[in-house]
Amino acid sequence: MADPKEAIKEKSMVIQKDMLAKQFHDLSKAKELGKKVVYTFVPGNLTELILSFDMLPVYPEINALQSGMRKKSAAYIREAEKMGHSEDVCTYVKCDIGMMLNGNIGPTGEQLPKPDLLLLSYTGCFTFLKWFENLERLYPGVPVAMLHTPYQEDGKITKDQVDYMVKQLNEEVIPKMEKVTGKKFDSAKLSKLMENSAKAEDLLVKILESAKRKPSPIDAYFAGVYYIGPIFTAFRGTDSAVEYYTELWSEVQERIKLGLGPVTPEGELKEEKYRLVMEGPPNWTNFREFWKIFYDMGAVIVASTYTKVGGVYDTGFRHDPKNPLESLSKYCMGVYTNLNLPQRVDLIENYVKEYKADGFLINSIKSCNSFSAGQLMIMRQIEQRTGVPVGFIESDLVDPRYFSYANIKNRLESYFQMLEQRKIILKQEGVEA
Amino acid sequence: MNKYYLGVDLGSTTSKAVIINEDDEIIGRGITNTRSNYSVAADIARDEAIYNARFSILQKKMGEEMKAKPEYKRYIIDLESVFQYEQFKVRLDKLGEELVKTCNAFFKDEKKRDEILGHLRSIRKVFKPVIKHDYLYNNLGSKNQFFRDIVSEKYNEEVNKLDMSLFEPLMTVWDKSISPAENERVTFNFKELVHKAMDELRDKYKNLPETSADNKSVNFDAEMNLLKGNFDHVSETLRQHIDEIADIEFHIENMTGTGYGRALLPFPQDCIRSEILCHAFGAHAIFPETRTVLDIGGQDTKAIQVDKYGLVTSFQMNDRCAAGCGRYLGYIADEMSISLNELGPMAMKADKEVVICSTCTVFAGAELRELTNLGEKREDILGGLHKAIIMRAMSLIARSGGVFNEFTFTGGVARNPAVIKYLTQLVKENYGDSIKINIHTDSIFMGALGGAMFARRNIQAELPSAKKGKQVA
Repeated sequence: MADPKEAIKEKSMVIQKDMLAKQFHDLSKAKELGKKVVYTFVPGNLTELILSFDMLPVYPEINALQSGMRKKSAAYIREAEKMGHSEDVCTYVKCDIGMMLNGNIGPTGEQLPKPDLLLLSYTGCFTFLKWFENLERLYPGVPVAMLHTPYQEDGKITKDQVDYMVKQLNEEVIPKMEKVTGKKFDSAKLSKLMENSAKAEDLLVKILESAKRKPSPIDAYFAGVYYIGPIFTAFRGTDSAVEYYTELWSEVQERIKLGLGPVTPEGELKEEKYRLVMEGPPNWTNFREFWKIFYDMGAVIVASTYTKVGGVYDTGFRHDPKNPLESLSKYCMGVYTNLNLPQRVDLIENYVKEYKADGFLINSIKSCNSFSAGQLMIMRQIEQRTGVPVGFIESDLVDPRYFSYANIKNRLESYFQMLEQRKIILKQEGVEA
Repeated sequence: MNKYYLGVDLGSTTSKAVIINEDDEIIGRGITNTRSNYSVAADIARDEAIYNARFSILQKKMGEEMKAKPEYKRYIIDLESVFQYEQFKVRLDKLGEELVKTCNAFFKDEKKRDEILGHLRSIRKVFKPVIKHDYLYNNLGSKNQFFRDIVSEKYNEEVNKLDMSLFEPLMTVWDKSISPAENERVTFNFKELVHKAMDELRDKYKNLPETSADNKSVNFDAEMNLLKGNFDHVSETLRQHIDEIADIEFHIENMTGTGYGRALLPFPQDCIRSEILCHAFGAHAIFPETRTVLDIGGQDTKAIQVDKYGLVTSFQMNDRCAAGCGRYLGYIADEMSISLNELGPMAMKADKEVVICSTCTVFAGAELRELTNLGEKREDILGGLHKAIIMRAMSLIARSGGVFNEFTFTGGVARNPAVIKYLTQLVKENYGDSIKINIHTDSIFMGALGGAMFARRNIQAELPSAKKGKQVA
């Protein structure tokens, strides 16, 4: 393949790049800056609480996907497999462990600091527990705080569950943070951060919901993970996050005004031909190739579930500064992967209907149990409830060995042709699609 | 002028072409083995389909007369067989030239070269009449066997009769010659060739024995008897019609390419279409009540759900691994040193099905040897292998949503009786007796048929690969 050209970037993307660069720079200087470092997860992340203690968060999942995008994951995974991790283990885990074994150099080329606290903020994914057990061994003596997040088995968050979560925050998480930082928990500071969070969340929802328009001004999956979502995790609660999303929202409004489609690495999408709802994480090792198959066909993802792993806000949840710990608890239990399967089906069904999607597509990840479980059922249900054509492709998060370009392209081409033919023939037959 | 539409399905193992008329009727079929040169494979399949179309137009034209005079029908069928032999002969001569060329280039030692050339000549002398006989009397042309397979089999037979020391040089010469011979584009003059075939046929009829040795069918005898002593009259009556169909200018109004190699087909870019849609469309055209299609091809198995318009609503394909597809059977046949066509009939003789893992083709080969070693019967092992393939397909079908009435089975593997046996058994077991299972003699052509039907409807398609599609010169 030819070398990909430099991707075309919007202002927000440049701001994001600077923010992330600064973040990684600060991390590399954490010890000098006297900052304590927390390793934690994206789903159910306690960013506001971490920031209220002036600690810096490191997200091993994000490091892994960054390594995937920078073509470094294959070597890291090999390293972890040499250590004895099986081929079937989650490739985020292996990539992360491999990176640590290779000197823990972050995506900007600077070394990541060792953790002062391992915060297992989400237990909905069983692999996360095992991941941190491994980190515990790799960083002996580092305290571990675990927050056990009850799954929404009955499709709702009960008062008992909230009490249970708050109790863990008060008795497990906060005391450990206090001990590590030597600072007292400051509820007012947390509330202040959460005010910002709610503001950023309002803006994020507006941006995501702009995809209901035709043409959609954004791609809610590829762009969703590329520049709409990332800031949300590490920076939520900060002034700069609010500024970032204010800028992004004004860009999106401008696109709406001009009737423009989403930005792709090769510029504006000229014609929106298919609107899709996407389930499952993307492949990171071949992210641009993967995205290109879509935008070359004029396919736009108008809503996706993966961008809701860090929080589902479009159904109304906001961080509540008045009840900070209760609200953090509800946030943790409300993330997409913590919803039960009927809730996920309902959510996707609404997306297909509200975003007027032409189809529903699943990218099933070989090494991710959290996502893969139930996907075929979800697919059947969505097909029955909405009548849109459904598609299923398979790849992996960051293991390049499981991305088969020819096979994926063949399936996607077939899928897009299927959508197109439906439109043509149903029109000929006088049937509304 | 009549309008015709072409569909070419360039699969991983075989390349198929179908020509339809304006009523979606199949009038021509062509099939060949896919080779490294996709373009030649597509051309050969298309040319064959056009020749076949000329013969079927002839049959159509003579429709009424053929009813009254069954010997006409017999004559036309025989003529097509001999016509196929004439084509074969041209390619065989090319192969002969290649073999000599290779021999001259490869053996520097004159004595050795002459020795090998001598063997090549005598091998050819033995198998040429055998193949001719198979075409003329055993209808080899209609058995979907390819040039490479037919000659390889006979060549191997002859080489094996010779001294072991000759095996390596003779096989080396063969390996270096077969591909160039097979990949050469040969243009035939239909009229010339059909006249040659008529002459050849005349000899055949002239020398007909009093009673045919192969008198399996009453019709055959009756028709043959009518032809005997009457062939000159029949051929002269038909000659004018034959010349007419030879002169038809075959205008292909539109065409569609599909299959794995579709992006490499030298077709206009908007004429390329996914094989999933083509298989579904073809199967639905033949059996309009079809709702679920299973296609087992050379390297992939597809479970496809279609609606009442023949439109795909969802599909599932094997991912990452092609165990359980056509190539799996090909590998097993090689392991057992039998031809692919013998596998199914042998499996039908199984008393039980030996349990065999279908997750890996190569491992299945190892398992096969181990089971043979343990004393399991070949038939029972093959029964197990065929069942394993269907079990794998069943899981794919389940993933795609299950079997809905009616169920149509397509692809090259659909010609295998054991596959059909286990498929029927497992579909009925899992989805009930009321499921109607459709299998058509043209199963292998379904993708090409669907392609031709899309071409007739002139439905434009846009594809990323088409946009930047590579054109093969």
